[in-house]
Amino acid sequence: MADLTKLTISEARNGLKNKEFTTVELTEAYLKKMDECRKLNAFVCEAPEKALEQARASQEKYNHNSAGDLEGIPLGIKDLFCTKGMATTACSNILKGFVPPYESTVTSKLLEAGAVFLGKLNLDEFAMGGSNETSAFGPVVNPWSKDVPLVAGGSSGGSAAAVAADMCAAATGTDTGGSIRQPSAYCGVTGMKPTYGRCSRYGIIAFASSLDQAGPIAKDVRDCAIMLKTMAGYDAKDSTSARENVPDFESFLGQDIKGMKVGIPAEYRVDALDEEVAAYWRKASEMLKSRGAEIVDISLPHTKYALATYYIVAPAEASSNLARYDGLRYGNRVDGAHLDDMYINSRTAGFGREVKRRIMMGTYVLSAGYYDAYYLKAQKVRRLIRDDFVKAFEKCDLILTPTAPTAAFPIGDKSMQDNPILMWLNDIFTVAVSLAGLPAMSLPVGLSSQGLPLGMQLIGRAFDEASIFKAAAGLEQDIAFRGIK
Amino acid sequence: MTGMIIEGKTAKWEIVCGLEIHCQIISKSKMFSGASTHYGSDANENVSFIDAGMPGMLPTLNEQCVRQAIKTGLGLNAKINKYSEFARKNYFYADLPQGYQISQFKYPIVGEGFVKIDLEDGSSKNIGIERLHIEQDAGKSIHDISPTKSFIDLNRAGVGLMEIVTKPDFRSPEEAGAFLRELRSIVRYLGTCDGNMDEGSMRCDVNVSVRKVGEEGFRTRNEMKNVNSVKFVMQAIESEARRHVETYENGGTIEQETRQFDPATGKTKVMRKKEFAHDYRYFPEPDLLPLVLDDAMIEEIKAEMVELPDAKKARFVHDLGLTPYDASVLCESRETAEWFEKAAYGHDAKKVANWMMGDFFAMLNEKKITLEESPISPENLGKLVDLITSNVINGKTAKDVFEIMAETGDSPDKIVEERGLKQVTDTAAIEAVIDEVIAANPDNVAAYRGGKVALMGWFVGQVMKASKGKANPGMVNELLKKKLS
Amino acid sequence: MAIDKETVRRIAFLSRLRVEDDKIEAVENEFNKILNWVEQLKEVDTESVEPLISVNENHLILRKDEVTEGNQAEAVLANAPMKEYGYFAVPKVVE
Repeated sequence: MADLTKLTISEARNGLKNKEFTTVELTEAYLKKMDECRKLNAFVCEAPEKALEQARASQEKYNHNSAGDLEGIPLGIKDLFCTKGMATTACSNILKGFVPPYESTVTSKLLEAGAVFLGKLNLDEFAMGGSNETSAFGPVVNPWSKDVPLVAGGSSGGSAAAVAADMCAAATGTDTGGSIRQPSAYCGVTGMKPTYGRCSRYGIIAFASSLDQAGPIAKDVRDCAIMLKTMAGYDAKDSTSARENVPDFESFLGQDIKGMKVGIPAEYRVDALDEEVAAYWRKASEMLKSRGAEIVDISLPHTKYALATYYIVAPAEASSNLARYDGLRYGNRVDGAHLDDMYINSRTAGFGREVKRRIMMGTYVLSAGYYDAYYLKAQKVRRLIRDDFVKAFEKCDLILTPTAPTAAFPIGDKSMQDNPILMWLNDIFTVAVSLAGLPAMSLPVGLSSQGLPLGMQLIGRAFDEASIFKAAAGLEQDIAFRGIK
Repeated sequence: MTGMIIEGKTAKWEIVCGLEIHCQIISKSKMFSGASTHYGSDANENVSFIDAGMPGMLPTLNEQCVRQAIKTGLGLNAKINKYSEFARKNYFYADLPQGYQISQFKYPIVGEGFVKIDLEDGSSKNIGIERLHIEQDAGKSIHDISPTKSFIDLNRAGVGLMEIVTKPDFRSPEEAGAFLRELRSIVRYLGTCDGNMDEGSMRCDVNVSVRKVGEEGFRTRNEMKNVNSVKFVMQAIESEARRHVETYENGGTIEQETRQFDPATGKTKVMRKKEFAHDYRYFPEPDLLPLVLDDAMIEEIKAEMVELPDAKKARFVHDLGLTPYDASVLCESRETAEWFEKAAYGHDAKKVANWMMGDFFAMLNEKKITLEESPISPENLGKLVDLITSNVINGKTAKDVFEIMAETGDSPDKIVEERGLKQVTDTAAIEAVIDEVIAANPDNVAAYRGGKVALMGWFVGQVMKASKGKANPGMVNELLKKKLS
Repeated sequence: MAIDKETVRRIAFLSRLRVEDDKIEAVENEFNKILNWVEQLKEVDTESVEPLISVNENHLILRKDEVTEGNQAEAVLANAPMKEYGYFAVPKVVE
């Protein structure tokens, strides 16, 4: 039998329907692959027995022709999604041993659709990081690494690496400032951050509530569409979730993009942009053009302020969201003589360096006397950044940019360890979109001269994931990117 | 002018006081979760994962809490803000599971209003309402079970609260007392809060400062948290104001601080000083969208409004001729006022009021029963008053009839009929008794006729006695005068 | 706006985090570096700009007042590091 882990979701579904193999065989193939690739450190919690049990139940569904949309499809779940009865840690020591008595809405929907959960995937601690190096479980190794181990990107580094290495058919991710798109680009896979509000945040451990959004990381555009259709939808348990109709995203694939206007923002031609990346950017716009799209120059004048804005808004919300981790009701407690001691001991021991840095930054920008100068100011600039996109979308239907300025970098890069701002600069092309709450997809566009994958980002209007899927499917076809080996 | 003036050695001082009142909202479920608000359940039984601040849990707003706040706002003659926002108030405490309280800050649901208070001297005054906002309650820390540990019960965590902030309009403890009683009756009339200060469903923070009579502006104020009875609030204001005056008169200054009222000493004392001052770092709650009220909802609630104590009082004074003081006593509780109305309408209302505030309340007190448990129905009290006004019985007999009513619950007609207590108004019958008395007391008759007119009272008494109290005293008087002259 | 050591201590306490005395200076320097970097926002004219609170311009949907959860003290307490008599337990809170 061919390697079942190479199959996309749509291929695997067909195989299962046509009884070419069973759900158990499929799951076993992935479990074997997880075992082989353990050195990548992508999974932080494996659930082989439960997965096989789910697979057997799914086979019954196929046998009775009552299979769901993702019946028997083995998925990896970012360890930021609460999974009932399965340890959930956000890759933080402060949540060591936490087993949620509830299931997140997104994972509930996936389970209802018949998905098999292989385990939980590594991420930057509380999704705060761009390289997966802040994880309490250690960094994920990019499967494309050659001599030097490279980062998988972050925060959904485990998700992107696991999909790239065929350790799961697809994975869930979350994106706050680029956490789906940037690791997808680094690992040569397809990742989509839908419009803010598309997927319920209920049961996803919060980092920055006004920015966090779940989305799929998958082997191709079609699989992203299949995953997103199941993951999305209004949820009364999340007051910020959108009451928008969820279309069948798969139906947009193959649709014509003739006459579609694709904007190229001048402000994204930054100094830090790698020349190879710039070349692929031009190539991708040519491909869209030859499919009948019209390429237009646009301006997003406040782009340069997006990172600073993001690094005020996100830490501010995080400082408050992470206040609940106090060692009292769950997670790791380090005792103290009195209550404040217990809080301080537990939190100091439980949180890693980057998380502490952001909690303190966030506390500072919200504190008396600084609120107006930092937080309020950032919220105002955030509006200007959003308005830039609104204006740009008067001239175009879609925006094409690179996902990240460079390819994946080595784990333990000294300059970035010493200077957090350098690390944050890797999010330069993704944060503005997050601040504006817009949908965006990263898809692999080719390899660098070093043989490392590079990604392109397609940005759409709010709730117009459709245009992204149309254009992405065409680009994907033209690029014909091939995964590892 | 009802203000209290404190005479110092060098000047006359007036009190400046404002109140902040937390009212627990009457609703079935909590403000942001579907857990019950029931009081007195086993520890942590009425707790959802949201109330426990579990990772990834999100708040959803209870409609009833919003409606109750609007209703209360209308009861305070206040502006209902169609746009309001929730904000997080950040601080760490054992009974605050999220590490922040969801409250309202910049944009409260209810704006400025006023409450009219009636004082014993017959004057009245409007107390300004600054705002009303809604927020969630905290849980409870229990310190007296173990010597080394505190225990946390989250049953109360998340119950809806209305915080009502007054303007610094109180100039005496009496005004504050009258306001609290009026506010309590307003929320009880509306059914938005049960107003029980001793059970903590209504809690009061008191802000006090003083200033010289005629002085502009305000001096430093001190806050006393959680004063839990009307009496204590009044005591706290007076003792704190006197402390301020004394301090100023002795050349001292008042530090802004939080103090505690000690009912045992009747004085206030400084609460333990914190290492660092609180810095609540309020910011808009990113898990909740702005609350926008539509006119239809507000109109609907307006239509549901019951007559409030103030309007009822005015009606009792205007329609029924009650004194303002009597009216306010009867209107303090909605049940009493409604009972009174049933008894008074169609009868001599002033007499009904006198009976109710006199013998009737005394009877309830003596029997230690509530209004609902009264053996005397409002209709029967009305009938009793009718029997008096129509001269069927006299005042003395009425007292006896009332006693019997309180024992048997029978109607006064039945009692009077069965026991033959009807007043004798038949001239011939009274004349016959008078004749007997005259015949039996020739000496006194002679003395009266000789000028000792003071003997009239003695003759009346004799006639009443002979008629077993049933003769109409007015007629006895008149007929005696005629016969003796 | 540069911050000083006292501010670092205050922010650490507000965050309920410990910064050891020998680390204060490093944190102070790092903070100032980051704050200098975000200062660039000062260039932006936001005089007449409303802060953006939420990207989706919807309003809250209200929940019906129904009891849908509860009677699950066991699950609520399941992850507690210390619990007694159905309560969460902590070191004595001194008022």
